[in-house]
Amino acid sequence: MITLEHVSKTFTSHGQTVTAVDDVSLEVGEGELHVLIGPSGSGKTTTMRMINCLETPTGGRITVDGRDVQTMNVVDLRRGIGYVIQQGGLFPHFTVADNVAVVPRLLGWPRQKRRQRAEELLALVGLPPELFADRYPRQLSGGQQQRVGVARALAADPPIVLMDEPFGAVDPITRKQLQRELRRIQAEVRKTIVFVTHDIAEAFLLGDRIVLMAEGRIVQNATPADLLRNPADPFVTSFIGEDRGLRSLRFTSLAELAGPAPPGARPNGMILPGTLSILDAGRELAAHRDAAGDGIWVGDTTGQPIGYLTFQQFATVLGESLGDDAETPHDETAHAIHH
Amino acid sequence: MMRRRMRYIIEHPDRMLELTQEHVWLVAISVLIAMLIGIPIGILITRLRWLEGSVIGVTGVLYTVPSLALFSVLMPYTGLGARTVIIALVLYSLLAIVRNTVTGIDEVPRPTLDAARGMGMTGSQRLLLVELPLALPVILAGVRLATVAAIGIATVGALLGAGGLGQLIFDGIARGSTDRIVAGAISASVLALVADWALAQLGGRLRRDVQIAGR
Ligand SMILES: Nc1ncnc2c1ncn2[C@@H]1O[C@H](COP(=O)(O)OP(=O)(O)OP(=O)(O)O)[C@@H](O)[C@H]1O
Ligand SMILES: [Mg+2]
Repeated sequence: MITLEHVSKTFTSHGQTVTAVDDVSLEVGEGELHVLIGPSGSGKTTTMRMINCLETPTGGRITVDGRDVQTMNVVDLRRGIGYVIQQGGLFPHFTVADNVAVVPRLLGWPRQKRRQRAEELLALVGLPPELFADRYPRQLSGGQQQRVGVARALAADPPIVLMDEPFGAVDPITRKQLQRELRRIQAEVRKTIVFVTHDIAEAFLLGDRIVLMAEGRIVQNATPADLLRNPADPFVTSFIGEDRGLRSLRFTSLAELAGPAPPGARPNGMILPGTLSILDAGRELAAHRDAAGDGIWVGDTTGQPIGYLTFQQFATVLGESLGDDAETPHDETAHAIHH
Repeated sequence: MMRRRMRYIIEHPDRMLELTQEHVWLVAISVLIAMLIGIPIGILITRLRWLEGSVIGVTGVLYTVPSLALFSVLMPYTGLGARTVIIALVLYSLLAIVRNTVTGIDEVPRPTLDAARGMGMTGSQRLLLVELPLALPVILAGVRLATVAAIGIATVGALLGAGGLGQLIFDGIARGSTDRIVAGAISASVLALVADWALAQLGGRLRRDVQIAGR
């Protein structure tokens, strides 16, 4: 469990002070994945780097498993926290396998075991070890390097992982695979993860909670479903809505997604027509913040209920669809290059 | 004409070999000592930044003192012979080695260093596993500069009886033997070229090993 209590960080450079993080409080429970999302410069990376003491807060307190990180031995703390760095940060003079196995090496694992673990993790992130283990980072594409960075963070099986835009440079199809893989790992072993992204779809897909930041502050900290249902202010709505990926949601209707209504449940007032697009449904929900229950009733043109969609399903679908849409322009580009 | 001038080299291969060995030994031992002193000083500067101005300043001034002047300053304390020459060569070599050590470590990319800290390396692990290996090509470039300069300066050391190829030059001047002067000068130049080439090769190989995309 990670807690941030009224944490602030100001940088002073060239006589100017920048408040990178401003009174942020956060609680990431054991086994939860919290996504930090927000515009560039909103303090996501800085927030994350204070957890493993790469930055020192200028105010507030951070604890990991109940202990104030400031009082802990930084070396031990960091070896117990996996860290995927935003710019990759692979060691250029280490092979891929040695990069992955760097924390096990610091922990004194025997060579054989390190190698085995590195190969296991490379396979996990979709880099066949027989092709990649003995290469150097410069012989890898940006996306491949990022995946090595993810493997490196997981190598010593840390209970806590900080991931700073881990899939930012990965192509959409691979990104989707990695997201699914992360979700699978998360379902199995339940690590405590802080995950930074710019990709709202990724946030919906992976987050137990989504923490939306702007100018160093938390604008809203909510479950994906709540974020859709009760956006705190127009900024949140615009942040969710501005994503170009949402375009595709205009062409998916609620009726296509709705499942059968839970037995015995009755419509609670608001029934959205099945012909409504997912996008419009999201707007509708945002306009009715007080909507009760844990989902949306879907009706036919006459208003008769024909199905039900939980907010969680809605959020996941939103995440999935946004991801799918992001592939389209990429595929077109690939097409254009091949011909 | 040229063939005749090379006569001394051709007719005295043993003497040439002996003087070359002396010369190489003088330079090698000096540069080695300069590395043993200069690399730790360079590392220290990257940790204690306030040292940088004064250390680089002092080594820089040393570098600009003419060799004869430096010899005559040292001689009252260290006497004649190889020792004084070695001390002078060490002092000359320090600038390039210290400066390049600092530059090499400073050039290690920020994200790489962050990763090293983030993975939980201690300060010395960071130095030995990341900073020094990545700085090595730049440090070696400093060693190369220092070596080439030292080969030239070491010829003057013959005045102090330190031997080496400079011996031929000063013998030649004393005896009016152009052959000897040419033999000494050419051999020293060739030695400098060979050392430069060899260290460049080594540096190239190292650089390839640690090449950083986009650096
Ligand atoms: N070491 C530093 N010195 C001075 N200012 C800094 C430093 N690190 C970050 N900042 C400033 O703090 C603010 C927050 O930066 P941060 O890197 O946390 O943003 P971010 O949300 O991660 O952005 P991005 O999405 O672009 O990665 C920015 O204004 C940045 O310029
Ligand atoms: Mg960032």
